[in-house]
Amino acid sequence: MVAAAALRIPEAEAAAGFRVDIRDVSHRFVLDGKPLPVLDQVGFSVKPGSFTALIGPSGCGKSTLLRLLAGLDHPTDGQVLVDGVPVGRPDPSRILVFQDPTLFPWRSVRDNVALGPEARGTAKAAGGRIDEVIRTVGLDGFASAYPHQLSGGMAQRVSLARALVNDPQLLLLDEPLGKLDSLTRLAMQEELVAIWRRTGLTALLVTHDVEEALFLSQRVIVFGPRPARIVATIDVDLPYPRHRGDPRLAELRREALGHLGLAESW
Amino acid sequence: MSGAGIAFEREGATSGFRWPFASWWGTGLVGAAVWLGVAAVTVLWREVIPLPYGDVFAWICAGVAAVLLVGAVTGAPGPIGQRLRNAGPWAIALGLFLGLWEIVTAKTGRLPLPFFPSPQALVEVYVDDWPRLLDSLAASGWLLVRGFAFGALAGFSIGLAMGWWRRAGYWIHPVLRLIGPVPATAWLPIIFFVFPTSASASVFVIALASAFPVAVLTWSGIASVNRDYYDIARTLGASERFLILKVAVPAALPHLFVGLFMGLGSSFAVLVVAEMLGVKSGLGWYLSWAQGWGAYANLYAALLVMALACSTLITVLFRARDRLLSWQKGMVRW
Repeated sequence: MVAAAALRIPEAEAAAGFRVDIRDVSHRFVLDGKPLPVLDQVGFSVKPGSFTALIGPSGCGKSTLLRLLAGLDHPTDGQVLVDGVPVGRPDPSRILVFQDPTLFPWRSVRDNVALGPEARGTAKAAGGRIDEVIRTVGLDGFASAYPHQLSGGMAQRVSLARALVNDPQLLLLDEPLGKLDSLTRLAMQEELVAIWRRTGLTALLVTHDVEEALFLSQRVIVFGPRPARIVATIDVDLPYPRHRGDPRLAELRREALGHLGLAESW
Repeated sequence: MSGAGIAFEREGATSGFRWPFASWWGTGLVGAAVWLGVAAVTVLWREVIPLPYGDVFAWICAGVAAVLLVGAVTGAPGPIGQRLRNAGPWAIALGLFLGLWEIVTAKTGRLPLPFFPSPQALVEVYVDDWPRLLDSLAASGWLLVRGFAFGALAGFSIGLAMGWWRRAGYWIHPVLRLIGPVPATAWLPIIFFVFPTSASASVFVIALASAFPVAVLTWSGIASVNRDYYDIARTLGASERFLILKVAVPAALPHLFVGLFMGLGSSFAVLVVAEMLGVKSGLGWYLSWAQGWGAYANLYAALLVMALACSTLITVLFRARDRLLSWQKGMVRW
């Protein structure tokens, strides 16, 4: 009960994020004519406006789950519900941020951020919002720069801004900090928390980094090797802002690594 | 501290001994001497067979020498001076070449006529026959522009359709594989009797020649676009039209430009052949006309005009690419 009280709901300024329900989802790819199961009877729910991390061995199908939620793929079995409705086509209210920033190299930073509004024909009206988001991610002054002029961290900020400008209610983060150097990574972890707390969106983060998962999220879902199944769920009962040196985080890390079969190293 | 040190060094540099001609541009001086030498050789050395327009050629050389001399004395300042400095070594080499050419043709007759006319013979062509040359240039240019524009547009559309719609690829690909590699000039005999005028036939052949590389490279450009770009644009609410025009086409643009360069190159080849075979105007026609009369000076003069014109067109295309692809790094400068 004490733990529940410590779970502070972020002070949301926009409408609360989407609720997510994954119901008995199984998914297979066909590789060289043979079916390759990647998800096996996965089921969990995520509360509106919460921050959930998915960790597990690489290639276990976590990223596939995000693609299903984005509407880029459809599950072989089971149901993927966002706000109670089965996911159909991709939609700007559910946005996926990739490990690679994948910016369009022929567009300036501003034009990359403006991609969503432009695609929907609302770029003119969204002008102020675009500049605002560029400021939010700390890139004012770089609006007219081209992607090849940016560092990895800056490029990933642009990619984040490109998602945020559409005011998504579900932000799907597929190892967004995976390729950054460790200092940039720490700084951007804090920024991610700040953005999430300010917007009130629902965040789903796939990561390999146990510490990152525990530092950012309210709940960590641990997956086993492919085909992915949920091995454990860890509630991170700590208020924000958090401190990396918190002994509770170390405790939880040991627990998480234990679920991943790595307890011996601790 | 360090600031004062730098100021001191500067003062030391300016208060030291200065060579009287230190600000002169040495290469320019050498160049001026070379060009003046060419002029002198032309005027003073007796020709094997007396030729007109030697004086005009000498004056042109003297003019070049004067420009170089002004640059040399003033030290070639400013942006124009900088360009002159860049051209300096080339000016010397070109002067030496012209001098040698003058000597082995007009002055000693070492190279046989009529195949090797002297520089003043070329000057004569430009002075006497410029209306016809200009006319030929305009005719060739107009033919090329029409042919290349149709060809590039058709090639781009075909490549885009093949890259985007599977069904279009199914039908177009075999045709392209069969017809594309055939040299466009091989169609000339058929096309000249199928089309009502030789001009329209030539436009078609030039279009055919330029369309093939443009189509293949647009197609491969579209096919090699990173799939994630489409996923991202789709998540952000892009329509298919947006995906084609704002994602596929700009991403394929570097490939498209390679195709345009190749297309332009082959369109030059086809243009000249078409003009030599059927069309009654243009630089290709001028070339075969000059050859027919044994007028080799006219031949060289027309070749030079053609080289300059083709090079200019390639430059224009490069400039367009530099503008459109300024987001790329590590581009080759033309």
